[in-house]
Amino acid sequence: MEVGERPIVEIHNLNKSYRRGTQTVPVLHDLSFDIQEGEFLALMGPSGSGKSTLLNLIAGIDKADSGTIKVGGVDITALAEGELARWRSNNVGFIFQFYNLIPVLTAFGNVELPLLLTGLSRAERREHVELALAIVGLADRMDHYPGQLSGGQQQRVAIARAVITDPAILVADEPTGDLDRVSAKEILELMERLNTESGKTIIMVTHDPRAAEKAHIIKHLDKGVLNVHTETHF
Amino acid sequence: MFTLKLIFKNAFRHKLRTSLTIFGIAVAVLAFGLLRTVISAWYAGAEASSAIRLVTRNSISLVFSLPLSYEEKIRHVPGVKFVTRDNWFGGIYIDEKHFFPNFAVDPKNYLPMVPEFVIPDDQKTAFIRDRKAALAGRKIVEKYHWKIGDTITLKGTIFPGNWEFVLRAIYHGRDKSTDETFFLFHWDYLNEALKKTAPARADQVGFYFITVTNPNLAAEVSQTIDKMFRNSLAETLTETEKAFELGFVSMSEAIIVAIRLVSYVVIIIIMAVMANTMAMTARERFGEYAVLKTLGFGGTHLAVMIFGESLIIAVIGCTAGIAATFPVAKKFAEIMSPAFPVFNVAPSTVYMDIAAGLVVGLVAAVVPTWRAIHIRIADGLRRIG
Repeated sequence: MEVGERPIVEIHNLNKSYRRGTQTVPVLHDLSFDIQEGEFLALMGPSGSGKSTLLNLIAGIDKADSGTIKVGGVDITALAEGELARWRSNNVGFIFQFYNLIPVLTAFGNVELPLLLTGLSRAERREHVELALAIVGLADRMDHYPGQLSGGQQQRVAIARAVITDPAILVADEPTGDLDRVSAKEILELMERLNTESGKTIIMVTHDPRAAEKAHIIKHLDKGVLNVHTETHF
Repeated sequence: MFTLKLIFKNAFRHKLRTSLTIFGIAVAVLAFGLLRTVISAWYAGAEASSAIRLVTRNSISLVFSLPLSYEEKIRHVPGVKFVTRDNWFGGIYIDEKHFFPNFAVDPKNYLPMVPEFVIPDDQKTAFIRDRKAALAGRKIVEKYHWKIGDTITLKGTIFPGNWEFVLRAIYHGRDKSTDETFFLFHWDYLNEALKKTAPARADQVGFYFITVTNPNLAAEVSQTIDKMFRNSLAETLTETEKAFELGFVSMSEAIIVAIRLVSYVVIIIIMAVMANTMAMTARERFGEYAVLKTLGFGGTHLAVMIFGESLIIAVIGCTAGIAATFPVAKKFAEIMSPAFPVFNVAPSTVYMDIAAGLVVGLVAAVVPTWRAIHIRIADGLRRIG
């Protein structure tokens, strides 16, 4: 799928700081940029550069101090907590470094979780979950618990969970950071497929240059500001 | 259904911790139930009393007796249906450890006043006819393996000597609350013996037991009786049977208050234990709660999960505690029979157990829920890995 002409994420004058004791530590400073629909963006930068914070803000799991973030035309900085939760469940899929699966639920149960917030019937949910697990190649492992799966398999379950509600955006925070090289490659290929075949906009934070190579665009963050150095891989 | 399944799975994620918490709650509920039953047992006499029964005693103290001549006067008070003389005998069977209450009564008038004592007709007749006859409750008959016709000897303490009685009748309680440990015999038998051995103590009655025709007349009859004997050598105090029984209970009021307090302390302790379990559980799962919030689950979902888990543990513990209360109370009743002749787990005690279990479950979940709802997602996710 081609990268669209219109931006799906519009960031304007974004500022974010954290309080550490009595001190205020600035993390993101006056950040402005757009992410195009269908783009596969990698955010890179040293530890503490603010890339995960930026990802959290775009995904609506953290609040900015000032500035605006529009996703699909919706200003998420203006949404209340409850509205933001609903917005997240409909529009964003999350992939974490440590998979963050619920250990007492099977692969099927973990993938089904986001669908519980929809009005789908049990049979419909089953159909969706089976399809999602088939896409990530785990149709035969749906009754396995996370503890019975390898790291790569757990991450694939997490990806199935991320795409189950068919969100427009996938955010991934170091998705290969806890995986061996082979598993990491499989995960990146899967993400690439989701981007090219399903048209998902992917925003990925990574330290790994090999992972970043899969992205169309790499943006470098340093001390809360975007480095002018932006690489494009089409 | 999914949520319920998840709650159950979460509740038993740490099997040892959950099992120990359930065990702790069960023991606490058992202790609470037993303590409440002890309190109920203390009031059993008062609870089993009849609204139409009065007791007339010497106004100075129960230790002082009343003249026998009062009986006829009381009988003629309007509203009085039955009156019987009654003496606390205080006899000892074998030794002091084998205690049961024993009274000298006038069988003809006494038996119609106690319909809760169920006695076969032939035994009732035999008891009334034989001056040396005794009537005993089922519990003490079974305890000492007595049979009809057995001679039972009590050693008198208030009335010295060895007193022999022939067991002619056995009663069992009409209600669960009926005391089945009474030992009753003829007042005339006691009085005739006293006439020979201690004439000064003869024709004296410990207290009169009265039945009125209508419970509404109880106050009026009490006043009439006491007024009748005012300014006599033995002034009277007439009160309902319940007030009379509560008079004894009030003597040990401090102990009852202490037991009641301890029962509440038990619940507070287990509440703290349960709260600690839930706090540990929630702290371990803040990462998961953050993930759920990330996926769009709101505070209500988290509250349902945490409260649900807490309630499941509390309810299982509470149910186990209640189930254990009945057999333990039965065993306790056997051991403590002389002190607590009526020791039954009342429905109100079970309701209090259930309420205590629910309160423990709810209170324990409040703080973890509040923290889970208010944790920032980014902070929660940072706890993983």
